[in-house]
Amino acid sequence: MKDLFAVIMLSGIYGLLSASFFVAMDAVDVAFTEASVGAGISTLLMLVAITITGRTERPQRHKPVLALVVVFVTGSLLIYGTLDMPYFGSAQAPVHQHVAPRYINDSMQEVGAPNIVTSVLASYRAFDTFGEVVVIFTAGMGVLALLSVVRHPREIARDNEKIDSLNKSMHEEHLILRIVVKILIPFILLYALYVQFHGDFGPGGGFQAGVIFAAAIILYSMLFGMSTARRVINQSVIQLFAAIGVLLYGSIGVISLLSGKNFLDYNVLSPDPVAGQHLGILLIELGVGFTVASVMVIIFFNFAGRKNDQQNKENNDS
Amino acid sequence: MNISSALFLLIGSFLCISGGVGILRFPDFYTRMHAVGVTDTLATAMILIGLMLQNPDGLVIVKLVIILLMTLFISPTASHALASAAVHNNLMPKLEETEDNKKVSSSNP
Repeated sequence: MKDLFAVIMLSGIYGLLSASFFVAMDAVDVAFTEASVGAGISTLLMLVAITITGRTERPQRHKPVLALVVVFVTGSLLIYGTLDMPYFGSAQAPVHQHVAPRYINDSMQEVGAPNIVTSVLASYRAFDTFGEVVVIFTAGMGVLALLSVVRHPREIARDNEKIDSLNKSMHEEHLILRIVVKILIPFILLYALYVQFHGDFGPGGGFQAGVIFAAAIILYSMLFGMSTARRVINQSVIQLFAAIGVLLYGSIGVISLLSGKNFLDYNVLSPDPVAGQHLGILLIELGVGFTVASVMVIIFFNFAGRKNDQQNKENNDS
Repeated sequence: MNISSALFLLIGSFLCISGGVGILRFPDFYTRMHAVGVTDTLATAMILIGLMLQNPDGLVIVKLVIILLMTLFISPTASHALASAAVHNNLMPKLEETEDNKKVSSSNP
């Protein structure tokens, strides 16, 4: 398929479909993540990316036979590998013998969060989740290093003019969209906070909440213009928040190390171990939420800002 | 209660299917969008009302009402955004070839 727009839409539809089959298999947390990340924000970010690169694929002169062979060999090796795996849903599978019963039977006494997925993600496997957060942070830093442009005072002055003209044309263009979005944004932000702090009890958590929060900000900047959004969301503050999220997560681990327990062992945070677990999960989910939301906003602003700069340059040249 | 709920669910599913038929059968972008945009909002509302009747008390009904309100806001707005984007990109509706329309389409291509 040559039209990249159609490819992106197909990948979004694929994300939504896989979210549906995760729901059908009772993996609500995974489905929630897939729907918000896979179908929602990654589609959006890829759309922003093709505004920079152009909509069609470059025509290929050679036939990629070698690539096809590599894909075929790798695919058949992977299928050969699955032959050794236990039969799907089998009760004798190692997963169901070893850790899963422990999580299901003991997590209520040890961690005390009704949502077992959250207690696995944020307490038993907290170190893995820390790794994921660092990956997201690194992605944000990579985008900043490659795409960020220093803005001259002259451009900021031009931005202010743009904001004034936008405020004047407020009720002339995109009237319906802007009003509906203005009504919806507070609810989206409120919902993000609900998902953030309700993660112990129901599906949700820092990753999903961060993505939803970022989606609200991205929606705002798409409809009211980048310059208005830059005034609302200060770029250096949002970069600081991305770092604060990772630091918050890591410092919880360091605190438990200094108190003589393992890295990210929350029992030391409070005299009562279960209360300590609760506090620990709350804090690290907050760290995850901070980092995810700010990194998504950073990626969007830098991609979309690049596009604006290109347009400005073309206007100046012509 | 169960019968009325089933009735609402059936109407909703029928509207969904008719929207799906519309998107396949109608000739151009605007009529297709019309088919889906109109039936989708009503179908979602019908299905949600049917689900509300399944469980008339409790927290579930509040959540469903919130979803219904959100859908009533978002779905027409999305259709509007899609249509105005199409107009913005100079996509003309397919018109029947009569004398009047030929004049119109030749005057603003």
